[in-house]
Amino acid sequence: MSLDCRDFVEQVTLFLDGALAPEAEQDMIDHLALCDGCERYLDQMRQTARALEDLPADALPGDTRSTLIDTFRSRRA
Amino acid sequence: MLHYADSMAGLPADDVLVARLRSGDEDAFALLLDGWSGGMLRLARSFVSTEASAAEVVQETWLAVIEGIDGYEGRSSLKTWVYRILTNTAKRRGIREHKVVPMSSVDDSGPTVDPSRFRPAGDPFAGHWWQFPPSWPTPEQGLMSSEVRAYLAEALAGLPERQRLVVVLRDVEGRPYDEVCELLGITAANQRVLLHRARAFLRGKLEEYYLEEGS
Repeated sequence: MSLDCRDFVEQVTLFLDGALAPEAEQDMIDHLALCDGCERYLDQMRQTARALEDLPADALPGDTRSTLIDTFRSRRA
Repeated sequence: MLHYADSMAGLPADDVLVARLRSGDEDAFALLLDGWSGGMLRLARSFVSTEASAAEVVQETWLAVIEGIDGYEGRSSLKTWVYRILTNTAKRRGIREHKVVPMSSVDDSGPTVDPSRFRPAGDPFAGHWWQFPPSWPTPEQGLMSSEVRAYLAEALAGLPERQRLVVVLRDVEGRPYDEVCELLGITAANQRVLLHRARAFLRGKLEEYYLEEGS
């Protein structure tokens, strides 16, 4: 293997973004084929990014919301 | 440009929305307000020092949208345009509050995984895992529990600011690469470094969480 696990973990984001040069990308794929630990690491990085998509968001305070709706009404309608 | 999250939220396409806003359609405005304010608050919070201040930034942004929608030329997506107003407003206020986000910092180098987890030089398998990362429970239907998400939200707050800004924009808000570069005034390479460090930190936090839960 031309790439060790320590290198692999640092290139995961580039790999997921398809931002690696073709040769470096092939090294990652070759490594994945042989290393269950890095396959798991990659999957967990992917899961982490996906979990972030589901984070609950705060809402605007209710009075701010109604002020904005009122402003929209008076300025635009 | 219609993003997945927005199409899921049932928002009409940009040109339809803009036309409705310009004609004073209150429902269209309320739809945007409710759909985007949460993400905008989170983003604003990364620039300013209090929740109240973040809410004011979001309010100021919406006021600018109400006044400026006639000037929107459709050269970027509507959401990109709104986010630009937001980041400019938030940055100005951040500077007033002396909370300037430094765009160069020291926490952007060094390994993102503890080197002691890999076999040292001299070992026949130097640079390889001593032990594979522990596996995580498979979440049902691919969704993490609300407890895990709350924990993740807390972990997010522990990130250095630049990393938090990038990961919030990219992963939480799903904004595209080029837009994030432009909003934060950073290069693509810099953005990838920050995103990688942030995700690696958060992965580590989730690992800690699952280890503790499993013990």
